[in-house]
Amino acid sequence: MVAPSYQLKRADFIFKNDNDWEKILDRTLQRSPQELINELMSSELKGRGGAGFPTGLKWKLTLEEPGNEKYVICNADEGEPGTFKDREILTKVPYKVLTAMATCGHVIGSKKGYIYLRGEYKFLVPELKKAINEFEYYCKQKGLDFTIQIFLGSGAYICGEETALFDSMEGKRGEPRNKPPYPTSVGYLKKPTVVNNVETLAHTYTIFKYGANKFYDLGVQYSRGSKLFSVSGDTPKPGIYELELGMSLQEFVNEFGDGDTKAVQVGGASGFLVPRKRFESTSIGYRGKLSGISLPTGGSMMLFNSSRSMYNVLDNYLEFFREESCGQCTPCRVGCQQLHNGIKAVKRGEKPAQYLEKLLKLTETMKLTAKCGLGQSVANSFSSIVENFQEEMIY
Amino acid sequence: MSAIQDLIKNLADEHGRERPNLLPILQGVVEQEKFLSEYSMSEIARELDIPASDVYGTATFYSFLEHHNMGTYIIRVCKTITCSMKGKNQILLTIQDMLKIGLGETTPDGKFSLLQTNCLGWCHKAPAMLINDDVFTDLTPESVREILTKYIKK
Repeated sequence: MVAPSYQLKRADFIFKNDNDWEKILDRTLQRSPQELINELMSSELKGRGGAGFPTGLKWKLTLEEPGNEKYVICNADEGEPGTFKDREILTKVPYKVLTAMATCGHVIGSKKGYIYLRGEYKFLVPELKKAINEFEYYCKQKGLDFTIQIFLGSGAYICGEETALFDSMEGKRGEPRNKPPYPTSVGYLKKPTVVNNVETLAHTYTIFKYGANKFYDLGVQYSRGSKLFSVSGDTPKPGIYELELGMSLQEFVNEFGDGDTKAVQVGGASGFLVPRKRFESTSIGYRGKLSGISLPTGGSMMLFNSSRSMYNVLDNYLEFFREESCGQCTPCRVGCQQLHNGIKAVKRGEKPAQYLEKLLKLTETMKLTAKCGLGQSVANSFSSIVENFQEEMIY
Repeated sequence: MSAIQDLIKNLADEHGRERPNLLPILQGVVEQEKFLSEYSMSEIARELDIPASDVYGTATFYSFLEHHNMGTYIIRVCKTITCSMKGKNQILLTIQDMLKIGLGETTPDGKFSLLQTNCLGWCHKAPAMLINDDVFTDLTPESVREILTKYIKK
């Protein structure tokens, strides 16, 4: 028997298109910023990019900052290996995202929104521009002073980190800044800025349309609502699925596995690898566990069956991080290189098996000392793979 | 004025001459020229009145802003985990065999360059590649041959 909250439940909000964005926008613009923030707060919506910061609180903090020059940024720099949901949202329901951005502008007092779109998705630009033009035309008619501009990235994973994204938009190398100060007070052009993931914005549309309760009723405690999952790897049905948060990984594998699933990477290369023996005890959601382990994810779910070598998987991740590390802080720049060289040396027999212990210690150091999430999270996949599949690393 | 100077001036007129306009200008030059030469970078620096080292530093940070001569069609094959598991290597071999170039090389006629890139966001339709801005997914050696044949005829 599976506990009710552990069950896999499908949901259908994000891609349900009733073409009612004008109506929803009219309605939200008539409500006060405080009212809208309260609605978001009581829905308990958390950021869907992976970090899970409460969205209502983010808007509230930015609203409370002084000054009248503020920005709304939609983060569409979807670079985490195994995620591809944001592109689908921008393709199928762009108006929901634009409406959410304008609503955020109304709440925090911003007249300017940007969509930071990764360069790999440049082919989306013509259609997206069309949608923006129509949207801006409607706003103008309604007397709302809010414009949206697309800013294209150029192939750098790290620019999805919000402060690196600001630097990139300011014409610099996309290197993360020190935090604090946080973007809500010092963001793009040093002004208070809300950065929300594409999917987070789409969920606010659902909340403003149906009310916070409808959203809150989905999912489990601490992990409310539904979430898009990008399913790939060894699965008979790869694709994008909207599911309620809180399901057990076993339920997920029962639905999406190919019958021979050895492990699942939850949260992309920067997330955790869960081996078969932990499927039952792992659930998908934000921290604040019901029982067992709860893993957050930006939506990336990659399945591996027993034909896959976990050494090759880790080797691939480390090559990725080594190339995508921005290079400004030593723990991440040198750490990624050493981890990558290290597992190769162990595999070739140039270093003893105990060397893996040293490498694990290095990831601990990186976790403590790297400047941003990239360097800090290399430890997640590294330790979860090395600890669970040590033999595959050595022989 | 040289053609590149013209291009840079037009891009600066369109986007502006402030530092936040640098990336769109760099992207504009790459779209036309396929890469950023030292000459283009120092001309951009002159047009925006910022140090050439800043332009170089920014340009070399981004993997899609090439600073070596590239072919008309830049092929970027995704090498991240799912594409890698689903046969990326066969795709690469097919391309190398057809175009007779290795990774990082450009065909002698200057038409194609072959590169690998990190996750393109098409893991559910792996393996995937980009040719300039166009996406091709669910690749097989056969489909790659068909696609390239079309480009060769262009």
